[in-house]
Amino acid sequence: MGKLARMLTATRGRGRMDWTDWASYLYLALGTLLMLGPVLWLGLSSLKSPSGLIEFPPTLLPQEQVRVSVPNYPNPLPLYRITRGDHAGQSLAEVRKIGLQATMVDPAAPDTLIRVPVDDRSKVMRFHAAWGNYTDLLQKFDFGRYLWNSVFITTVATLLTLLLNSMAAFALSKYKFAGREPVFLLMLATLMIPPTIILVPNYLIAAVLGLTDNPWGVIWPAVATPTGVFLLRQYMLTLPDDLLEAARMDNASEWRIYWRIVLPLSKPALAVLAIFSVMWRWNEFLWPMVVLGRNEAFTLPLALNSFQGELTTQWNYLLAMTVVTLVPITVIFALLQRHITQGIASAGVK
Amino acid sequence: MIGTAVGHGWGRLYAALMNLPERPMRWAQGHLPDGRLGWLFVGPNLAIFAVFTFLPILIDFYYAGTGGTNLLPTERPWVGTENFSSLLACKDYLDPNSCVRDQFWYAIWNTSEFVVLQVALMLFFSLATALVLNRKILGRGFFRAAFFYPVLLSPVVVALIWKWVLQRDGVLNAAMVGAGMQPVEWLLSARSAFGWTVFVSIWAHMGFYTLILLAGLQAIPADIYEAAAMDAAPPWRVFRRITLPLLMPSVLVVLVLGLIRAVQIFDEVYVLTGGGPGSATTYLVEFIYNTGFSAQVRQYGLAAAASLLLAGVLLVLTLIQLRGMRPTKGDPRG
Repeated sequence: MGKLARMLTATRGRGRMDWTDWASYLYLALGTLLMLGPVLWLGLSSLKSPSGLIEFPPTLLPQEQVRVSVPNYPNPLPLYRITRGDHAGQSLAEVRKIGLQATMVDPAAPDTLIRVPVDDRSKVMRFHAAWGNYTDLLQKFDFGRYLWNSVFITTVATLLTLLLNSMAAFALSKYKFAGREPVFLLMLATLMIPPTIILVPNYLIAAVLGLTDNPWGVIWPAVATPTGVFLLRQYMLTLPDDLLEAARMDNASEWRIYWRIVLPLSKPALAVLAIFSVMWRWNEFLWPMVVLGRNEAFTLPLALNSFQGELTTQWNYLLAMTVVTLVPITVIFALLQRHITQGIASAGVK
Repeated sequence: MIGTAVGHGWGRLYAALMNLPERPMRWAQGHLPDGRLGWLFVGPNLAIFAVFTFLPILIDFYYAGTGGTNLLPTERPWVGTENFSSLLACKDYLDPNSCVRDQFWYAIWNTSEFVVLQVALMLFFSLATALVLNRKILGRGFFRAAFFYPVLLSPVVVALIWKWVLQRDGVLNAAMVGAGMQPVEWLLSARSAFGWTVFVSIWAHMGFYTLILLAGLQAIPADIYEAAAMDAAPPWRVFRRITLPLLMPSVLVVLVLGLIRAVQIFDEVYVLTGGGPGSATTYLVEFIYNTGFSAQVRQYGLAAAASLLLAGVLLVLTLIQLRGMRPTKGDPRG
């Protein structure tokens, strides 16, 4: 035991825990609870039935009342535990309830009816996850369509981002041509033009190009990211030019050099950009809301937003939908946590 | 067998597609002067920038000078500076009710208050968290990930998570009742809704800034601390004299990035409160969105004019950032 205590209290550097270590761990524990608690609460709530959701105070786990089949009764009856009176401690099933009196029956002796005041009993609950909240999404709502829209936009936009940004980065890092510096500065300048200030004209351009109510209206404006060009250019600058020269000696075309040599060598930077791009497109909200007016074109965040306006009483579906929206990002984060945090710390972008 | 045949077919299709640029590229290499080849690669990206970023800036100026509700620029009457003057027309700038566009001024004052409070608190908590995470802590990776996780969530998801916690029969009110207090309609009173928008946006974004500050802390050479330990310097003085000055560049990055993003707050708040109750949590971008896209009468010119005013603020902040960051970067071209 002493050994265990020492192991738990030892800090990695010095010998023993002092009060600053305790304060640090307390801060981190409370912070973790605050950061992850609400998400876990959302996940647990999404498995509750509508009647479980309106319970106040809420239970931690999703539950439902136990029902038992009793001989002579066609349907299973709800089970209660009697808290007071002659039958205290017994578990009885409710046959019917009139006013404040319930008529109940012992499942073991179904022939005798017992009258119990409703205040003298409490429901017998058991853990029960209402997976129907999730399966209903596909049947009752057009959820499959929103999911598909989100997946399509995220996938296509990310592939195009990787292609176009890496082509531009290749030219800006491996070619010397008149206008290279101005082009690079121009691209960096777009970093400082936030999408929020060009909403109105971008809507006009999308309308003129026939991109409104169309997933391509979300994809095209998003694929030329200055962040991506910058990130890839910095990485490609570190690749030795000798490799390219050797390939040119072998009469490889410039396209082949880009596709077969530079791209494979840039995989680490491409991976970081791919993660960013997936995050950006999957979570994007304001621009899709402006450009996708038609319900059928909605992405998951847009569908969530419109449902939370309409289905205020159907929290069970709304919660399940929210969980489905956050799961892909959570899985990616769990798998690639180190790459994401390092990529962000080094690039200083989100 | 079929599976491999299909796989093979896809592979062939992919290879054929990727070799498609091969011929035009060879032709271009033979016919274009060497200096032009770069444009072929940079061209597509640049074209998209031109259409969806540079062109819109120019159109923004045109829209800002025109009125009416028609989207097509040719159908819009020129009104000169009327949009700007109506936005800026106020008897008393401190009282939005005395302004022609009262919603705009509510948005300005709300945004100002939000930005000051949100950035100050977020900087404080990010710094505190980074300092704690920089200690010799067991499970540092886990704690860092826990604080960072909300950064990745969609703003709509963030808003719904907190809407669920804060609702009338929510878990927070259950805790209040459990502690013997009255339940509160958190998002229905102006001050409390405002406070929660600040809290939720800090919750969602502080992990990002914590990460930047932590990277800054870890870049401070250990031998400086060792030298301080030799001199038996008290912890507070070590923090004041070593940590804080050497961390200043990172703090500045966090401050300016935080400001730029806070001024543009929209997504989470729009879903959480919808700008309400009343206009208590209507911020600038929501004003632009409401004016241009969600109102019955779509006033594109007014929205564009407000966008340009917002752009001016962001430009100033960006210039401060560039000025402050210059000495920290070795290569001036970054």
